[in-house]
Amino acid sequence: MSSKDVILDRIRAALGAGAETPEIPRDYRRGPAQVDLDLLVERLVDYKAVVHRLTAEKPDTGEPVAGGGVEGSGPQAGVGGARPLDDLDHLAEGRANAQVGVEAAAVRAAIAGILGAGTVVVPPGLPLEWLPDGVHGLVDDGLSAERIAAADGVVTAAAVAVVETGTIVLDASPDQGRRIISLLPDLHICVLRADQVVASVPEAVARLDPTRPLTWISGPSATSDIELNRVEGVHGPRNLHVILAGQ
Amino acid sequence: MSTFLGMPVHAPRGVGHLRGDESFPDAARTALGDSQLRRNLQHATTTIRGKSGRVIAELPDWQELRSAGSALKSYTMAHLPELLEQLEEKVTAAGGVVHWAADANEADRIVTDLVRAAGEQRVIKVKSMATQEIGLNEALEAAGITPVETDLAELIVQLGNDKPSHILVPAIHRNRSEIREIFLRAMPGVDPKLTDDPPVLAGAARRYLRETFLSTKVAVSGANFAIADTGTLAVVESEGNGRMCLTLPETLITVMGIEKLVPTWQDLEVFLQLLPRASTGERMNPYTSMWTGVTPGDGPQNFHLVLLDNGRTAVLADEVGRQALHCIRCSACLNVCPVYERTGGHAYGSVYPGPIGAILSPQLTGVADNASLPYASSLCGACFDACPVKIDIPSILVHLRNQAPHPRTEAAVMAAAAYTMDHPRLYRSAQRAAKLSRIAGRRGRGLPPPLNGWSASRDLPAPPKETFRDWWRNR
Ligand code: SF4
Repeated sequence: MSSKDVILDRIRAALGAGAETPEIPRDYRRGPAQVDLDLLVERLVDYKAVVHRLTAEKPDTGEPVAGGGVEGSGPQAGVGGARPLDDLDHLAEGRANAQVGVEAAAVRAAIAGILGAGTVVVPPGLPLEWLPDGVHGLVDDGLSAERIAAADGVVTAAAVAVVETGTIVLDASPDQGRRIISLLPDLHICVLRADQVVASVPEAVARLDPTRPLTWISGPSATSDIELNRVEGVHGPRNLHVILAGQ
Repeated sequence: MSTFLGMPVHAPRGVGHLRGDESFPDAARTALGDSQLRRNLQHATTTIRGKSGRVIAELPDWQELRSAGSALKSYTMAHLPELLEQLEEKVTAAGGVVHWAADANEADRIVTDLVRAAGEQRVIKVKSMATQEIGLNEALEAAGITPVETDLAELIVQLGNDKPSHILVPAIHRNRSEIREIFLRAMPGVDPKLTDDPPVLAGAARRYLRETFLSTKVAVSGANFAIADTGTLAVVESEGNGRMCLTLPETLITVMGIEKLVPTWQDLEVFLQLLPRASTGERMNPYTSMWTGVTPGDGPQNFHLVLLDNGRTAVLADEVGRQALHCIRCSACLNVCPVYERTGGHAYGSVYPGPIGAILSPQLTGVADNASLPYASSLCGACFDACPVKIDIPSILVHLRNQAPHPRTEAAVMAAAAYTMDHPRLYRSAQRAAKLSRIAGRRGRGLPPPLNGWSASRDLPAPPKETFRDWWRNR
């Protein structure tokens, strides 16, 4: 008798005539709800990410929104105002092309403001015109861990972001790359489009494909293991910059 | 024979860490004499309670999420055989290999054989209660394999030849100068000028482990959730050591209790909201990794999932006690427990301390082997209110006490409890919290943090009318 059969038999014996199967009450908020980008910025900053907002009129000049510089004056997490379905369809199409809605010149300016010069790892699907002069892009075509770790930073796109928790999710698409590249460098620059942002965790889960490797990132790595002092950065990137494009 | 094999059994003796060397009252007496320990614990639990209360108060649907989480776990237990087989099928289809371990010995053997087969003498580990429960590190060491704990707190515990004392912050009993001494003594290549500044200590761990991460070919992890309908595994963490272990090695071995299942991908939307807010008091923890089998060209190319029973089916067989299997290991019940705050985690003897340990350990081992633990509580009810999946810990404690009337031990425990409960500020405030939250009604609206997020939608066991000391004197 295999251990699998032993365990399954034990479970059936333990359950006996059968345990009750409850209805799952799903009366928590499941969205879709209004996306509040100001609140996203606030939440990202609260967890020590540095945010650079690009607007169509005025490209970011490298002045970051950071370190508590944002007041919590915006509206609270949206719970009303359902988004029309055709809008969501439009977003699904937009995802197919990472460059839609992202002004390369503005991204270049923001990255130049973060990192004057140096080498950054980039996933194979990332538009190289996002990189400013002086910043060399090392395209990941199966780079060794040592070369990735030696780079000054990494630039990726994102899959989804969650306003309520200040979370960015990477799903290893070509513009985000292998999980290792956003892990070893000490600086992670993540370019996020406004249409990738959702209000809540349930909406993010609904958009993601679980068969892809997913990394949910909420601020730089941190620990509270020493007397509960929060210390940024033990093993992951100690600096997380988010470039937010669109509105 | 097969009938015998197929009956639920408790976790075996002689392996793993579910039984203490001494009974709770004896161990508690030692801990109660350590004033530094009590200061460290009180500071830590007070901090976490405050943080958690604030972020829970941000969610208007916390109670609805708790109800959904509780129902999902009940559903999972009722359908465990089908869901486990579905998980196995999905993981296998995605290129992983699933192993079934009836107890700690079998799990230790499976993991050891897998590491040997990979030809490796060292593994990196990310904090996992299940591997502590089964004593995996000892088993690996006996086979000549070096396990390296990579979680900062676990590293402190391992380098200090110590035992974890909290689910979430295992080195909660150590302060910074003790940590500095441990690093200076036991961390190879450490800078002798190391100070006790926390960022400096964290930096030392980063440097020490970097090379190990880059050069070790096998990792062992636990899992917070496994999704039956997709075969996806999830690990929730802070430091990035989890990402290192789950991404860099060639082979990943994940050891997971059979109760960690979640039926569908969608269900994760509930637990990803409950866990971080209840455990670290964050809206979301810094990193959560999810993977399904093997992804060609990205991450470990060999993935093994070990499904562990080790007494869980015996817990499942108890209609009242089986709720203990709903636990998502957030540690909220520890952080609100007046007994835990006074005695610390070591007194519980098992890797599972605090209120959840008091109901889980005796059920995993059989009550006879942990007879004093069901008495390691004042039944104040704070744990039930704090639990994000609404496990009725006080009722299970009472249920287990009825199974194991233990007059001599009970007397000793009560003596310890009387001492513990003698006027500690927290005990009174916890009881007050319990009463207040009952008055405040379902959502606890209008109360200051951390009380506002906690429910009180049920009857608490009545708080004692007289103090423990009075009771003890008068009996
Ligand atoms: S019993 Fe509940 S509160 Fe305690 S650790 Fe488990 S889930 Fe958290």
